[in-house]
Amino acid sequence: MLDINEIQTITHDVIVVGAGGAGLRAAIECSRQGLDCGVVCKSLLGKAHTVMAEGGAAAALGNVDSRDNWKIHFRDTMRGGKFLNQWRMAELHAKQAPDRIRELEEWGAVFDRTKDGLIAQRNFGGHRYPRLAHTGDRTGLELIRTLQDKGVHSGLSVHMECTVLDLLKDGDRIAGMVGYWRETGRFVIFRAKAIIFATGGGGKGWRITSNSWEYTGDGQGMAYRAGAELMDMEFCQFHPTGMVWPPSVRGILVTEGVRGEGGILKNSEGKRFMYNYIPDRFKAETADTEEEAARWLAGDKNARRPPELLTRDVVARAIVQEVKAGRGSTNGGAYLDIGSQRPAEYIKKKLPSMYHQFKELAEVDITKEPMQVGPTFHYMMGGIRVDADSQMTKVPGLFACGECAAGLHGANRLGGNSLSDLLVFGRLAGVGAKEFIDANSDLPAVDHEQAKRIIRSATDILNREDGENPYVIHEALRDVNQDCVGIYRTAEGLAEGVEKQRELAARAKNVKAYGTSQYNAGWHEALDLPNLFCISEAIARSALMREESRGGHTRVDFEGERAEWSKVNIICYQGDNGEMIVEKVERGPEPEHLSKIARATLEELEGSNA
Amino acid sequence: MPNRTIRVWRGNQEGGKFEEYTVEVGEGVVVLDVIHLAQAEHANDLAVRWNCKAGKCGSCSMEINGKPKLGCMTRVSDYGPDEVITVQPMKTFPVIKDLVTDVSWNYRQNERIKPFTPRPRDADGQWRMTTEDVERVQEFRKCIECFLCQNTCHVLRDHDKRDQFVGPRFMIRLAQLDMHPLDVEDRIPAAKEEYGTGYCNITRCCTEVCPEHINITDNGIIPMKERVVDRYYDPIAMIARKLFGGK
Repeated sequence: MLDINEIQTITHDVIVVGAGGAGLRAAIECSRQGLDCGVVCKSLLGKAHTVMAEGGAAAALGNVDSRDNWKIHFRDTMRGGKFLNQWRMAELHAKQAPDRIRELEEWGAVFDRTKDGLIAQRNFGGHRYPRLAHTGDRTGLELIRTLQDKGVHSGLSVHMECTVLDLLKDGDRIAGMVGYWRETGRFVIFRAKAIIFATGGGGKGWRITSNSWEYTGDGQGMAYRAGAELMDMEFCQFHPTGMVWPPSVRGILVTEGVRGEGGILKNSEGKRFMYNYIPDRFKAETADTEEEAARWLAGDKNARRPPELLTRDVVARAIVQEVKAGRGSTNGGAYLDIGSQRPAEYIKKKLPSMYHQFKELAEVDITKEPMQVGPTFHYMMGGIRVDADSQMTKVPGLFACGECAAGLHGANRLGGNSLSDLLVFGRLAGVGAKEFIDANSDLPAVDHEQAKRIIRSATDILNREDGENPYVIHEALRDVNQDCVGIYRTAEGLAEGVEKQRELAARAKNVKAYGTSQYNAGWHEALDLPNLFCISEAIARSALMREESRGGHTRVDFEGERAEWSKVNIICYQGDNGEMIVEKVERGPEPEHLSKIARATLEELEGSNA
Repeated sequence: MPNRTIRVWRGNQEGGKFEEYTVEVGEGVVVLDVIHLAQAEHANDLAVRWNCKAGKCGSCSMEINGKPKLGCMTRVSDYGPDEVITVQPMKTFPVIKDLVTDVSWNYRQNERIKPFTPRPRDADGQWRMTTEDVERVQEFRKCIECFLCQNTCHVLRDHDKRDQFVGPRFMIRLAQLDMHPLDVEDRIPAAKEEYGTGYCNITRCCTEVCPEHINITDNGIIPMKERVVDRYYDPIAMIARKLFGGK
């Protein structure tokens, strides 16, 4: 008999799940607010996916171009998100990002500098002005190390290499969660007055992805099962520049910073094809000749930006089109060339880890030869639906921030807006949790039966006599999603995808892991599957419902944006019978003061940081 | 696709042995790929840490044919077609299972180091630093905490002086704080007394294995040793201290 009293129990005021940028920033805030805070993470501290972020953190500091201000950052974010973002979140983000960057500097972050010694800012796709605070091309590492070092002196308790399986509830309210130590396989019950999810995305459901093993949609899956809503799940960001060769590194990210620093995209005929793919909405603000793009690169402030710096959804689709038309690179991508645009020393200084990555993994010297790149599943705009100000989900006491939350990015995220998202909303989630705990200071009770159910379904995988190999199921799911729920979608393909996902999910109920529970990769793989299936279904079914093309959601059978679809977001939640319900929610009227900014001309906004 | 055989140490604290796995490998594969193939096809419960698979997170540290390396940045084609590839866990840290070791000691060292303490901002609320000053510090901040330097350092590996020396990783953390243009905290006494600058005898083994090519010894440890020497053994400073007091 399973006796819950014999299972280790850890209690904190608040527990943050995930130790990437959002989780650490949230945890630091909780500590600052006087809460006893625990952090639970699947990997070692400092290894979370934020480490992979390269280009920078977007904030309208105005250090490089003083015309920049929060309103233009807000406008860029809304336009990049095709006006499906939550207005209030985009406002909070643009207003607060500069303070969050300056605060990092106070905690020891060392950003690249301008000639005057201030934080330097670089150009990036969709951002009108140089806006990304950066440290070479390893900004994520800088961010996570700074937060990590700040965190260890902030009184946090970090529980490393611990995976959370599911949430516990006391009535409607969150009461805690059950997890297991990866090292020993032993179970642990966490109790808390509030829980903040900062668990990242779910790219591991796709064949070609820039995401690591940790990205299995854990937060989304657990929140969904606990009664929270998922929103905007159809919007998946395929980063246009992932490595395409050799096969073993396919999907690994090539920073947008390469294009921000002047890199150009060419097809097999040597043509800069992006000139053929400029959407109407961006025509007035994009260079239409190579001559103008060259002037922009040389620093002419009156020249418009080259089309390589259009938003990620546009560039990713253009590369796929070129390959389909037979103008792809030798390994089925596009050529990304910085060597002909910048001196070798400059490249090595500004893009050191790209230089290193291509030299060591692909034997390509990027200062001399072009890189080959193609789209890779990179980011989920959708996620757990939260209140814009407090970051609380529909479930009292459960908060979400960072990639696992939805709302800031709408239909497409701008590069550089993720790192600033983590900082702004990580902090706000901490503040929100504090307010919740002030009003609900009692520790909710743990229901032993709930805990037992979670533990049994985990141990069943080890105990059954025989069953499916979890790796085989996972690999099959990745193929289904890649083929049916990829960049280009059709009703037929999506329906087929949903069907195949169902078949695999049924098989997944019978997976078997061999060996003991101690650091058992096969068992871990099996335990991640339910969350992957949850987000896969939510993405496919939301994508099937949205009959238009917008941002990171492209329907071949419904081209272009449709006015009626600009009025709704799609949400998914668990129905009473356990089935997923997918439905539209009205966005309501646009807040007038924000709508005016988002639709203003640049001239109306420049230099008005008020 | 050609076959490749890999020998992997399997076991735990109580002991273990090498197991051989043969898998089909594609073009351009790295050692971590081969381990993953073995895990998926032959040994689901094989324990290995990894995350980014691009040399950015420092998780997949291991010893490949005796050399401390990242599994994700070591190409199989670096070894001859018939050469056996043998992988073992890092030797300096206690084994948990297979290739996974207990590196928690490193995290405790970081907690011992006095945190960053900046000087006040300029009158306009900004901090100004020159690119030159920043670059010196950024070299150390490239560290991905793979702990290969800690694994290699013979003070830790062979002499087990873990209670006296924080190791190369934290010597550069210290150097980074000491050279940070904004930091005002004095860590030199602690560098000598608590963190053990004197234990390093500059064999540069740490620098050699650093996957980020950080010049740990020459740019980090030696300057820290010099700062300690300047403080404690400089005869003029010693006389000055005697006369006027101070550290």
